[in-house]
Amino acid sequence: MALVEIRDVYKSFQRDTQRIDVFNGITLDVDEGSFLALMGPSGSGKSTLLNLIAGLDKPNSGTITVAGSMVSAMTPSQLAPWRARHVGFVFQQFNLLPVLTAYQNVELPLLLTRLSKKERDERVRLALGVVGLDDRMDHYPRQLSGGQEQRVSIARAIVADPTVILLDEPTGQLDAKSSQEVLALLRRLNSEFKKTIVIVTHDAHAAERATTVLHLEKGDLIRGDAVPSLRSDAAAAAGMPR
Amino acid sequence: MKYLPLVLANLGRHKKRTVLTIISVALALFLFASLQTVTTTIASAANFGNARRLVSTNATGIVFTLPIAYANRLQAQPGVEAVTWANWFGGRYGDGKRFFATFAIDPKSYLEMYPEMVMPEEQKQAFLRERTAALVGKSLMDAFGWKLGQNITLQGTIFPGDWTFTIRAVYKPTDPQIGEDVVMFHHEYMEERLGRPGQAGWYIVKIDRTDRAAPIAKAIDDQFRNSSYPTKTGTEQAFNASFATMWGNVSLLMGTIGMAVVFAILLVTANAMMMSARERTREVAVLKTIGFGDRTLFGVVMLEAGVVAITGAVIGLGGAKVLYKATHFSGGGFLPGFDVTGSTLALGSAVALVLMVASGVVPAIRAARLPVISALRQVE
Amino acid sequence: MKIPFVYNWRSVLQRPASTAFTAVGIALVVAVFIGMLALANGFRAALARTGSDSNALVLRRGADSELSSGIDRPTANLIATSPHVALAGDGHPLVSPEVYVLVPLVRVGGDSTKVGNVVVRGISEKAWDVRANVRVVDGHRPTSGRAEICIGSKVVGRYDHAAVGDRLRFAGRNWDIVCQFSAGGSAFESEIWGENEQFMPVFRGEAFQSVSFRLKDPAAFEEAKRALEADKRLQVDVHRESTFYVQQSQLLGDILEFLAIVITSIMAVGAVFGAVNTMYAAVAGRTPEIAVLLTLGFHPRSVLASFLVESAIIAAIGGVIGCLIALPVNGFVASTTNWSSFSEIAFNFRVTPGLLLAGLIFAVVMGVAGGFFPARRAAKLPVVQALR
Repeated sequence: MALVEIRDVYKSFQRDTQRIDVFNGITLDVDEGSFLALMGPSGSGKSTLLNLIAGLDKPNSGTITVAGSMVSAMTPSQLAPWRARHVGFVFQQFNLLPVLTAYQNVELPLLLTRLSKKERDERVRLALGVVGLDDRMDHYPRQLSGGQEQRVSIARAIVADPTVILLDEPTGQLDAKSSQEVLALLRRLNSEFKKTIVIVTHDAHAAERATTVLHLEKGDLIRGDAVPSLRSDAAAAAGMPR
Repeated sequence: MKYLPLVLANLGRHKKRTVLTIISVALALFLFASLQTVTTTIASAANFGNARRLVSTNATGIVFTLPIAYANRLQAQPGVEAVTWANWFGGRYGDGKRFFATFAIDPKSYLEMYPEMVMPEEQKQAFLRERTAALVGKSLMDAFGWKLGQNITLQGTIFPGDWTFTIRAVYKPTDPQIGEDVVMFHHEYMEERLGRPGQAGWYIVKIDRTDRAAPIAKAIDDQFRNSSYPTKTGTEQAFNASFATMWGNVSLLMGTIGMAVVFAILLVTANAMMMSARERTREVAVLKTIGFGDRTLFGVVMLEAGVVAITGAVIGLGGAKVLYKATHFSGGGFLPGFDVTGSTLALGSAVALVLMVASGVVPAIRAARLPVISALRQVE
Repeated sequence: MKIPFVYNWRSVLQRPASTAFTAVGIALVVAVFIGMLALANGFRAALARTGSDSNALVLRRGADSELSSGIDRPTANLIATSPHVALAGDGHPLVSPEVYVLVPLVRVGGDSTKVGNVVVRGISEKAWDVRANVRVVDGHRPTSGRAEICIGSKVVGRYDHAAVGDRLRFAGRNWDIVCQFSAGGSAFESEIWGENEQFMPVFRGEAFQSVSFRLKDPAAFEEAKRALEADKRLQVDVHRESTFYVQQSQLLGDILEFLAIVITSIMAVGAVFGAVNTMYAAVAGRTPEIAVLLTLGFHPRSVLASFLVESAIIAAIGGVIGCLIALPVNGFVASTTNWSSFSEIAFNFRVTPGLLLAGLIFAVVMGVAGGFFPARRAAKLPVVQALR
């Protein structure tokens, strides 16, 4: 069973009087330990797909299952704790709470658990160490560079050891050097720590680091580099084996 | 102004906030006007008084009476045209919670002395004719729901027992300073029932020329100075003024609260204005790109502050004026003639103006000074 | 699942101007609230302390105040013989027939029109014993037979010539001030006391206004009341002294409290609106942060609670400031006319810990009320839209 199973999902938005269809029956599996990049032009629905996986949004029809839980059927009050446990989310911007230090920002997801102060402290330091910012843990976001902020965000995304890490255009606001840092980190998380990562991006460099690249065009998935563990619905229709 | 639609559109963007702010301003100005009016009403009571009427009380204290025999001697005083008197009866009606004054009077001379008490002629005659008749002020009639011709029974506090009168006349004063919360009856009725001659609580004396008030007053007091019932005579105005001072610190209290209220509003509105200003940056930049000048934008922001302040002022101040006039509010009889004066309205408007300037000026300057480029960068 | 308190605390500090404005707005409302209730409190307290539970006050039937009452000597003597009257150590009844009048005295610093009607009470020697809360603090008690008076501590310094050793003039005579008395902050302190026999000839003649006596058995007040009121020779009403004076404070006390509530309510609405505006702006400005918190998995309830806590913090700050502003008013002497008795009474503003606490709670309630809808909006934030 794949870690994330997206089955026959339809999603549309209502904008004033117009209905905009984003997905028309999309199907996708994401295996554990994979590093998937979703690319596509703006408006193609990349972010929406991420939101659906995280349970931030619901499909009009179809199902989404993550680590055995049917996310698409859960209620908002069920989703909140679920998300805390299973999902690490990194945005393009607005990641950190400006009034909290890096340490405190990273600690946030752990406050939703029953860990003791000591246990939380251990994990925060660990996470910050992984992203290479343990010397800056008492800095406020305004004292960090863009790249450093994003790395702190990633630390926060991994600190609770979530099932899947989702990133929405993480390098969109960063300069070349910072982007490199971030992407190298992601690569390491995937190869060394075996984290499952789904990244939405239109940065080709980012896509390079991924093990699989999928293109979204007008709500349809088109494979980039095919890896046997993934398939699009075209392939599924053709009945190809996994 | 041609920018008014723009201003109104801006205000309409955050309808809730605009409405809330206007209501706060209105409420606070309403409160301000009310408190100021308490002060002005008390003060004006001190200024009211017919210049040709003098009031004589017992110099020992107002709780002491004067003999009725003084009436003739006062009448004989040079310069005195007419004399009347009244005595405080001290009556309660029902559970006694509603306070009002009760006077025993010499009906004919009293009504002549106070032409400001207006009533239909036949009611007046009915009252004069009947010894057990009562004359009641209109607002008191309304407060108790009494009807003309009704019998009312008062409990005497100073003169014990139940006292029954028939309401034969209802008066409305032409000057609001003359109390309406009064019941008046024939002093002869009281004398009859008590079996002894009455006493005068105070005398009212009408003089021929206003500039002779001081010498006549002195002459009266000189006459009785060494008797057992010495008098203290002064103009009606002075008499009313002394009542006004009985309020003690109250005026000061009201004034202080009024100021606190004004300050509080200033803060609330200024706060609201400044907050919207912060969100303003994007549009201001766009407007400047289109070609709106710095000065124009300054004006637009000030106008916005102005609309809020003026609307609040009209509702709050106007509301106070209308409300008190329409309900004939008189503070349970303690504040007769309670009316928001022109000066209070002017003062309130000045406050609104200060408010407008104070809350608009900082955002207005900021908008005027905003360098377009940096603002546009934020927009992207 | 709590959002850390430090987040709210620091966010409040992040916008100092906005927080300050709202807090001061709330502070002013709280200050007025405390101030006005302290005024009403002080007035009621002064009167409540005046009467004793162990004393009874006898007035002519139907009289609603000491001023409108009249009791002649025979009646007073009869009351003194009642078995319900306690006896002093010397075997004499603890009974005090008293004259009660008002005289106009010129206030300090005012012209002759600025007079206050001060209570002048005629007493006998026993009065000092019947009224246990009164004691001479300076000078000596008036000597019998002399035109000597004793003034209450709230009279001192507020009227011309009102000082021990000076001389007051009223009722056509000069009176030597030989002492000053205190009475536990009660209404008596606004009075002037002198010998009955000195006052009667210059005032109302041979009649007292009231008779006070110590109840032999305070618990048996009802019985004493019934006995005396039923006595056909007397025609009197008997009141428990404490109750009577509390009633005398009813009218003005109610008015002051009513005013306090009306005025502070209106101001409170304004302050709440201020809080609402502040919080709406706070929420609007922090939409991204809220989105992050919701995404992380914090429950919308926690977000709601978090913003409520924030507005409560601002309000609490305002409440403390308000208490601090109002505090100095404690002990201030205010004076006005108690319309029930027509007499001028001076009393202290009385700020109690209970009042301060009420003020703080009031502040927090205002803050939470103001913060509720904005907080709800934060909690209901559609995350997806916010992330766009």
